[in-house]
Order: sequence, then C-alpha cells, then structure tokens
Amino acid sequence: MPSLGASFGRGGATTFLQDLQNSDCIVIQGSNMAECHPVGFQWVMEAKRRGARVIHIDPRFTRTSAVADQHVPIRAGSDIAFLGGIVNHILANDAYFEEYVRAYTNATFLVRDDFQDAEELDGLFSGYDEASASYDQTSWRYAGGEQDAGAAASNKGFAHGEAHGSGGPTIDPRGIQTDPTMQHPRCVLQVLKRHYARYTPRVVAEVCGVPVEDFRQVCEAVVANSGRERTTCWVYSVGWTQHSTAIQYIRGSAIIQLLLGNMGRPGGGILALRGHASIQGSTDIPTLFNLLPGYLPMPEAVGHETFDDYLAGIRDPHQKGFWGNAHAYVISLMRAWYGDAATEDSNWGLDLVPRISGDHGTYQTVLDMLDDKVEGYFLLGQNPAVGSAHGRLQRLGMAHLRWLVVRDLNLIESATFWKDGPEIETGELEPTNIPTEVFFLPAASHVEKSGTFTQTQRLLQWHHKAVDPPGDCQSDLDFFYLLGQKLKARYAGSTDPKDRPVQAVTWHYENDDDGEIGDAVLREISGSGSDGLVSGYLDLKADGSTSCGCWIYSGVYADGVNQSARRKPGQEQDWVAKEWGWAWPYNRRQLYNRASADPDGKPWSERKAYMQWDGEHWVGPDNVDFVKDRPPSYRAEEGATGPAAINGDDPFVMQADGKGWLFAPSGLVDGPLPTHYEPAESPVDNALYGQQGNPTREVFLRKENPMQPSGSEPGADVFPYVFTTYRLTEHHTAGGMSRWLPYLSELQPEFFCEVSPAHAKERGLEHLGWATIVTARTAIEARVLVTERVRPLQVAGRTIHQVGLPYHWGVGSDAVVSGDAANDLLGLALDPNVHIQESKVAACDIRPGRRPRGTALLRLVEEYRSRAGITVETGQQRLTPKGTAP
Amino acid sequence: MSLGQTFLGWPVLRQLTGTDPSGRGPAAQSARTAGLRARTETADRVVDSICPYCAVGCGQKVYVKDERVTQIEGDPNSPISRGRLCPKGSASEQLVNSPRRTTTVRYRRPYGTEWEDLDLETATDMIADRIVQTRERTWQDIDAQGHPLRRTLGIASLGGATLDNEENYLIKKLFTALGAVQIENQARI
Amino acid sequence: MTTNPAVDAGWADPPPRKGFFTDTSVCIGCKACEVACKEWNAVPDDGMNFLGSSYDNSGELGGSTWRHVKFIEQPPVDLGMPSTTLPGSEGTKTDFRWLMSSDVCKHCTHAACLDVCPTGALFRTEFGTVVVQEDVCNGCGYCVPACPFGVIDKRIGEGVKNEGLAQKCTLCYDRLQDGLTPACAKACPTESIQFGDLDELRERAAQRVDQLHGAGVPQARLYGEDPDDGVGGLGAFFLLLDEPEVYGLPPDPVVTTRDLPRMWKRAGLAAATLLAGAIAVFGAGS
Repeated sequence: MPSLGASFGRGGATTFLQDLQNSDCIVIQGSNMAECHPVGFQWVMEAKRRGARVIHIDPRFTRTSAVADQHVPIRAGSDIAFLGGIVNHILANDAYFEEYVRAYTNATFLVRDDFQDAEELDGLFSGYDEASASYDQTSWRYAGGEQDAGAAASNKGFAHGEAHGSGGPTIDPRGIQTDPTMQHPRCVLQVLKRHYARYTPRVVAEVCGVPVEDFRQVCEAVVANSGRERTTCWVYSVGWTQHSTAIQYIRGSAIIQLLLGNMGRPGGGILALRGHASIQGSTDIPTLFNLLPGYLPMPEAVGHETFDDYLAGIRDPHQKGFWGNAHAYVISLMRAWYGDAATEDSNWGLDLVPRISGDHGTYQTVLDMLDDKVEGYFLLGQNPAVGSAHGRLQRLGMAHLRWLVVRDLNLIESATFWKDGPEIETGELEPTNIPTEVFFLPAASHVEKSGTFTQTQRLLQWHHKAVDPPGDCQSDLDFFYLLGQKLKARYAGSTDPKDRPVQAVTWHYENDDDGEIGDAVLREISGSGSDGLVSGYLDLKADGSTSCGCWIYSGVYADGVNQSARRKPGQEQDWVAKEWGWAWPYNRRQLYNRASADPDGKPWSERKAYMQWDGEHWVGPDNVDFVKDRPPSYRAEEGATGPAAINGDDPFVMQADGKGWLFAPSGLVDGPLPTHYEPAESPVDNALYGQQGNPTREVFLRKENPMQPSGSEPGADVFPYVFTTYRLTEHHTAGGMSRWLPYLSELQPEFFCEVSPAHAKERGLEHLGWATIVTARTAIEARVLVTERVRPLQVAGRTIHQVGLPYHWGVGSDAVVSGDAANDLLGLALDPNVHIQESKVAACDIRPGRRPRGTALLRLVEEYRSRAGITVETGQQRLTPKGTAP
Repeated sequence: MSLGQTFLGWPVLRQLTGTDPSGRGPAAQSARTAGLRARTETADRVVDSICPYCAVGCGQKVYVKDERVTQIEGDPNSPISRGRLCPKGSASEQLVNSPRRTTTVRYRRPYGTEWEDLDLETATDMIADRIVQTRERTWQDIDAQGHPLRRTLGIASLGGATLDNEENYLIKKLFTALGAVQIENQARI
Repeated sequence: MTTNPAVDAGWADPPPRKGFFTDTSVCIGCKACEVACKEWNAVPDDGMNFLGSSYDNSGELGGSTWRHVKFIEQPPVDLGMPSTTLPGSEGTKTDFRWLMSSDVCKHCTHAACLDVCPTGALFRTEFGTVVVQEDVCNGCGYCVPACPFGVIDKRIGEGVKNEGLAQKCTLCYDRLQDGLTPACAKACPTESIQFGDLDELRERAAQRVDQLHGAGVPQARLYGEDPDDGVGGLGAFFLLLDEPEVYGLPPDPVVTTRDLPRMWKRAGLAAATLLAGAIAVFGAGS
C-alpha cells in the first residue's frame, strides 16, 4: 500500500479486474490468483482467449501456473533481484517507453549530489544510522529549489508509509532541477541505470535460481507487450506483502510499469489483489493503529501538539495535487466525530485524539501482552492463534490478558486456546493457571446485516440484510453501537478530562427501513455540509462547515443515493460498468487514466484508447482521474499549490510533483530504490551486497522470539531448507469460515506439506506419511505430499529445497477438521514501512515422522536451538558486520 | 379418487397406453419427480448480497423462504463475477445455516475449565465495565517529557477482513474516543 | 442433428437435448462445481479423507460426490520426444503439466443404468438426461455395475439422506424445469463447465478444438461427442488434453447392456399378454 502510494500517490490497485481482458501480457507474481481469487481469474482467462500471454512467477507450480503460458519457479524471497533484472534489461536495451517516461515520471529529475547508492555502500544508501537502524532521508531528495534544503525526518516506527494510501509522500516540488535529455549522471534515469547494472541475467540466475533462458523469455515478453500499441499488467498479492522487504517488492513492479509506460492505461497497471472481502476497506477506513480514515495519519506525541504542527508533518504547503487540501479532510473528519467540540480552539478536535509514539501494531501488542501491559483484547472475526505469525506467542500473550472478547461465527481456536490449545498439550499452560476471562459473542453473518465491503479494485458494494441473525448473534455494527451507548452513559457525569472525548463523540444513528443503522453511518462517512450531503471531497472545507467520516469515500452517498448499492446489470452497461457499486475516488475505475493519453491528450494508439481530451473535457469510458476540464497544455502559475498547481501533463494528481516515481525521494524508510536483501532467515548469503538483510527491518530481541542464523553464519545449516506459507482455494485464512463447513473441509481435510521427490528422498519422507517441520520457534507435523510441482532450485552453486505449507489449520476441538498451524513456525521480523511480518519465507528443517508430544516437543526444539547456537541476538543484527560477508 | 384413476397413474399402465412403451421416459416419472421445481423460484424474496470470502467481491443472490436462507448463488448481473462463485462462495449457504455455528454467548471465567452460559445484555454490560476499569488503571496522560498522550495501552483490538466499512468506522471511532490506539486489522497481517 | 433419446423414451415433442461440455483446458481445479452441486442438491459430505491424490481428496464419483475434479500431475518425460505444451499457449514449451478435469455423469444416449433398473427409478427425462428418482429407488444396486464409467453408486453413511439409494448427477432436473442452468455450470469461474443444448455445445466444442490446434496444442481432443460411439454419444462430453485413460476415462466405452434389447423383446411379449388382461378388467370402468 505505501509502495503504490509512494510510486503513484495512492495505495489502491491502479486498475480493475475486468480490465485484465485488455492486457496483452499478464505477469502474476507474488500471487496465486487462480487459487485465491478464482472468480476474478476469469478475466485472465478472457485475456488468454484473446491471445494474451500469461506468466506466473512463483516458488511453486500452482493452479495458476497450470493454465499460464510460462511458469517461472523462483526462490522464495528473491523477487527484487528478479524485478531489478527486468529493470536492467529494459534500461540496458533502451526498451523503455521514452515519451511516456519523460513526460509522466520523475526520470528527468536530478537527485542531490550527496546521495549515495547501495552500489557504492555495499547495500546501504546514504544516511544510514546504525544506532537506530534507520535512514536520514535528506540526501535522497531532489536537487535544487526549496526542498533541497529541507530536512526530511526519519519516519521509522510510525508506519508513515501507510499514510500514502491516498496522498503521496511530502516534498516541496518548487525549483527541482531537471534534465529533459535524461543524460545527467544525477538524473533519476541514470541513477536507476547504475543501481541495477549488476542485476544481470546471470545474477538473477544465481540469486533466484531462475535459468537465464527463462528469465530472458519474461523480459522479452513484457517489453514486446508494452508501448503505444500494447500493454502489460502486473498482478501481485500477499506473496509480496509478507516479507521484510515487502514494500520494495511492489516498488520493483511500479518501476517496471512506469518505464514501460503501462500505468493508467487499459490492460496495464498494477492489480493489487487484496486477500479478503474488505481488506482494502479496512485500510481505507482503517482499524490500524497509525491511521485515521482516508489515510490521514494518527497524531503523534511529539511534534503534533497543535493542528498546524500536525498538518505540517503530513503535507508540504507548497505541494501539488489534491493532498494539498489535507487540512480540509482532517477538519471534516473531526467535525464528523466530535461535532461542535471540534473547533479551532480545540485544534479542530485533535486535542480529543490519542497520540501514538512508536509501533503499536499487532505484533508489538502481543509482546506487550506477555509483559502484562495489555489487559483487554477484542478479536473481531480474526483468529490470531492460527492466522498470525508465531502462533505460540499469540496464545501465550492471550493467556496473560485479564479479559478477552471474541466475536465470531464459530468457536475459533483463539477463543478456545485456554482449553485445548497446543500449549495445554505441552504443559506450558493449564486452564487453572490462565487468568483470562473470555467472552465469546456470536456474530452475524454477511446476509444478516447490511453494509459495504470494499473489494480489491477500490469498489464499495453494498450487501443487503436478508434475514435476522439467529439467537444471540449480532453484527459488529450493532454491538459497537450499543457498547458505545453504554459507555457514554457510564461517562455522562464524569468531570475527568480523559473521559471528555467519549462525552463529545457523536453517537447517534437513525434506523433505516430495515431497522439498521448502516445506512446512516455510510451517510456520515460520505459527508455533509450546510446544504446537505456533499458530492465529493472537492466540496470539503477547512473552516468547520463540512463534516466527512472518510474523505476518499466522500460522494458514496452523493445526491442522497447510496451509490454503493447501485446494481445496474453489467449486461446493460459498457465493460467499465461505472453504474455498479461505487469506487473511490469519485467513482474512478482506472487510476491515473490521464496517462492513457499522450501529453497532448490524444490516445497513445487507437488500440489502447481510453481517456482523451476533446478540446473541452476529458472524455472516455471512465471518469477521468484528473481535473475534468483542465487542458493538456495547462501550465500552473508560479506559486500555485494544491490542485491549482497540477499541470496538464501531471497524471499522478496525488503526488506532490504530479509524476510517477521511479525513484522515491521520500516516503519509504528502507530506501529510494528496491535493493535485493536476503530474507531475515535465509540459507544463503546475499550474492549482491555485503549487507545481508534489510538493514531497517523491525526486529524483536526477546527470548520468546528466537531467530535463526543465515547464510554462512555458523549454525545456519541446522535449518537448511526454505519454507513458504500460503492458502488453498478450498479454505479461508485461519479457517474460521471454512474449517467449520463440511463441504469445504472435505475438499482439504488435513494439513499437509509439499516437497519435491528429490527432497523427499534426501530426507526419507514418504508420500502420505508424516513429516515434522522444525524451526527455532516450534515443531509441527503435517502429512506429506510429494510432488514434482515443487522443484529444487540451483542457487549460488547449490541445491535449495523449498517446503510448501498451507496455513489454514489450527489445534482445537470445535472445527470439522483441525491440525497443526503452519504460522506457529514463524518468528517475528517485520517490514519497517508497514510492520507486516515476513511469513512468505523462512528457513526450517524437515524430518520424517510425527512430532513428539508433551514436553518432548519442547525438548526437541530446544535441542535444535542449541545445535544452531541460537541466542537472543542471533539473526537480529540488522547491519551486517563488515568482513563476515563473502 | 376412484380406483380407476389411481390405477391409470400406475407406471406400467401409462407405459402401455402412452407414448413410452419401453417405460423409460414419461411412464416411469413419479408424481414427485414431475412436481420438481427449482426452490429458488418459490422464494419469498431474493436479496442482493456480496460474497464474504475473498476480495473479488462477487455478487450474490440470497434466496429466503419462511425467514430462512434456502440458497445463495452468484448474481449474473455483477459485471465483475458474472454470476460465478468459487467453492467458498458456493458454500455460503452452509456458512450461514451451519449447525455448528455457535449462536449463544459463551463465557469462561478466570481460571475456569469450562464454558458457561451468559445473557447477552449482561455480557455487554460486563465488557463495558471491563473497559471502564482498564482505562482507569492504564490511562497515560503525558509521556516522561510532558508530551500529550491521552491514551490507554491497556486495550487492544484485532479485526478481521470481513468487517463492513461501517463497522470498522464505528470501531475506530469508539476506540479512538476511548483513547485506545492498538486497534489493528488483518490488513496488517 | 442427432437422435434425441428423449423421443426414443416416449416424450412427445421434448425440448432440445441438454448437456454439459466440460472444457478441461480452462479448468483451474477450484472445485466450485463440487460444492455448488452439493449445496443445491443437499448432497451430504463424503467424509474427511486425506487422499493426497495431488489436490484431490474426493477420490471418485459416487453416491455423495456427483461432481469430481481430477488432478493429474504429469512430470516431464524425457524420451527424446517433443516436450509437452501448456494448454492454450502459443508454442511455449514447458516440461510439466497439471491437468484438471471436472468429471460428472455422462447422461449417455444409451444408458445401461437405466436399462437395468428394475423399478423405474432411473428414467430418461424430457431433456434427454438420465435421473434417479429417490422415491422410487429401492437400493437394489443393479445400476452400479452397469455403468461403464463407474458413476452411479449407492449412498453410504449412517443416517444420511437417501442412505442406501442409488445416487448421481441429475443435471439439476429441478432447475431445468424452471429454465435455470445447473448449479455446477453456473458457478464455474472459468466456463470450463458449459451447459446448453447438446447440438450447440458440440459445435462450440469443435470450434474450441480447432482453436487450440491452431494455437499449438495438438493434444486437444473431444471425448464422448460422437453419436456413433459405444454409448451413442454422451450428454456430458469433454475436451481433453491427453488420452482418456490419463483422466481415468475408458477409451472406448460400451453400453454394458448392448444385448439387452433382444432379451427385452421376449420378456416384454410375455408381460404384455398378462397386462392386456388386467386392462380389460380394471380399465373398462374408467
């Protein structure tokens, strides 16, 4: 999300599923789309029918690979080397779309002369501070003008990156030096060239285990299928987002798509496939510690004391584009939440908002539970005992709580860990020693409530209530509304200042015709002013006269109509189908679609025509993602800011400089360019740099979180295999909505591991037998599936075996099927931008037979740790000491 | 019903008197079979919904008879899914009507070994009380340098990916007013 | 236009024969068909058995599995032969194939199960399909060995609905009555399962084979579309990417009751004589 945000200005998928049919080439990487989004995959098959080439780059041969034209097996955790190799191929062969790149990207911009690349510093960029394991990003900035002098703060710890979900990173665009010939050694294009010059096909082969010929085929396919006449789309999912360098994976594809001129064009773009029904929605209207609705950052303890301080921290007053109006969005949100208590005197209500002061993410919170800092925990349709990394830590953490509220459809393992979790079996926990008071409240299913999900293409779709929930079942909407009323009543007479926000928060929603409050909540989200409902965020004011619960969703209730509930049949519309649901922002389906036309506003080609300038307006099948009546020739006046400063050829309207970012001068904490680092746990050394892993990744040095040695470190050979976790078509995440259903459970009834025949032979594993998989955290058992679909790879001159582990099962007694949980194997190492765990790759051992029971299990794992010489510091050093690398 | 009418319905007689002398077609069709109709056609109402599983957001039609969901299938009108559903989406009816679903409040007291029954209203009141007590015990007004915090780190939340936007909105709004900041979601995972 | 078995079975002026065309070249093995079938027809689960037969844990068609997705992993064959090609690709070579195919009752033109059914539980519908009537079936099981494809079977499982009765795909006979598409075909995300008038499906299938041949997939072939085969053609036929045996299908299926018509003729004569007397007695009064 921050990656797309830092590259293009918004974190959402840039395109929509139906547009895949227009692609000439579809690269699916970090996604198993056919298995995880089967119905969306119909659009890939549609493209294939029309002659498109489908390429699947993935460690495993999956159901997606089965129907792809080419499957490229890749070592898990090495995608940046692969993507960098493609960038190198494009630049070395002058295969980029020159006119697009020059006009719409920051390729011509000059970077400061004190910037030093990872190529010069053996894997670090300039500005690295060892003590804080973070970067001072000042030297990454553009050269020239005002912003050159401005100091950039290191944003580490606060997940600032995520605040670019809709609004690019902060820079002052005035006076940036450029070189339109793109020859200046410090212009972005040349910086890029140097950075990736060593990412040759041979290096790709060595790092990724991909044969040179396979790699060449991919490069040639994407180049041949890009340009004026053709477009390529890149599809990714959590196969990319769950790494310690996740954000830079996505940046890699962003760079390729900008260089090839595929952004904003039909059949192009980057399709971020969110995993579940409303993952996109839950970041847009976040239940995330660091965000307020619409990607407005949560205020921080230091530096955000006043509204003006806060505002200065989230946007530059001189920046271009619609993020320039951020103050109107914040004030309207505070008006929606605190009504008349949100005035200029109360810093527009920010005085009522709690402050963050570091990482308060879910993994840090679990560690805080172990330290008895957290008393109460709500689990709302989430099963961390199975679905989160390091499940053991999750369960032990919950056993330290005073109270736990679980709201779900079924008695999931996170509700029953105190009774039948794995730690009960090992004797680490006993019910009579667990103080946690557990409330299980049954939830309403999707047909028992009304509301919106935001699916993967930023589309809000309303689902209507069909029946009343059974028994005590209740929607989270009703539960929290009622809980809020009870709390307001309890605090009504309080004079304690800490209770003031509860007293002030607006908390009254009328029932609609179905007796539901969802409609009223959606109206608040959409926003209103003195004239009634607003039509979109352009109507929002910074004077307190408008209120809006989520500025990017503003307009979802435009004209008094629930736009998300529109269901004009697809058959009665053109293929863009604008009258089905409502997409943020402003019901635009393809983002940055100004770029589908050339700088003069004409389609790049007849074949790829989409939006174009007709002399007065932008016209085409979509709503233009631009100022509607701004001509291509428009040039902003000197000193203009915000929307007025957007030139006629600035397609990236949320970016401070209006351009797509090949190089990110701001916004990402781990570097302006994707650079290959090894995963936190890897069997090999980094072949490109002395720096082994992401030098800014988030680590937790605690005895409960042992990490393993990597590469040539002593003890790394104790865990010689790579494993990756994933899901299957037949199940849903941690199983709460699938393992309780016989029809789904029977299709995949048992936890299994996938290994290659060669690996099975090496370790004596038998098909359909049992295997025990061991890491420094725990050991779990799985049935063995020996399959040629898993292939040993040749990496750095040796054979690397990979183990595949679907993560749907958990230990409990209420589900139809249960089993050990793959996520129990994982340690905690997080991406520094967004604090997402590295769960797509780690190292393990595998051995035949079932795992030991009881304390014998603990002894086995202890024996492994001791053999590998693991201490609290092992694998936790972010800066690789000099002289230890090859 | 006369004896003759009954008898004439006998397959074997229909076989010999009708167009189906081999007795494999209409003559063999039972009255029950002849009366079979799609249950979706007799639903009391059909409600538009969206699949709760993955992020494709397939359109669903929910068929309701006698206040019970009798079938959930793809909505052909959706321009995204065009009426299709994957195995999970196709299992939605079982998700809703599953006999394994827990539909009453379960309560486990501290150090308890078994679940107990609890009234929903009582449970909600108890949870409100826990929140009040935890805020009292864990409130942080300022940090060591005097910067404002106005928060509690004593209450955390982790939401799933099937929460509606409206639900996430109220959750974030309420917890923020309470000063709880560790409000997280599957989106982080 | 081929013979319509519905006409042969005595339906006057039946609708066009309905059937399935399963194009395995676009199957993604998602098993939506298996679940949609069970949901619509209230077919019970078939047991929680990990078979590890690639991604298949349903095993085979049976009394409680009316749609079954097969998974065939084809490791590279290195015999100096040309390497295999992925479905739908244009000349790209790879050395591994994972074939998936959703199997179902074939609704044979000459259906042995129907031939041997002594109770009239199995019957030919006006759509040309073959359906078991649960209220007529007595669970004798004669139909089970008669099927050349091993489709029909008695439902097992204590206390399950229709326990012990012969069960199989009905091509959603109830849905067809209302002009609806069978549940499996409706759900299929990639249109691997196509439902329609059999004649039209056969045309469509022939075009698809031509298209695949043109795209460098010479292995594409149809199975069961030929009205002159041993079962008179299948009401549910397939596009395969390899020999039928690879998919567990008999290469040359023959109706197991090929010789029955002669036998029936004699038996029928005797029965008719008896019944003529009965009609003379009871029928006169109506």
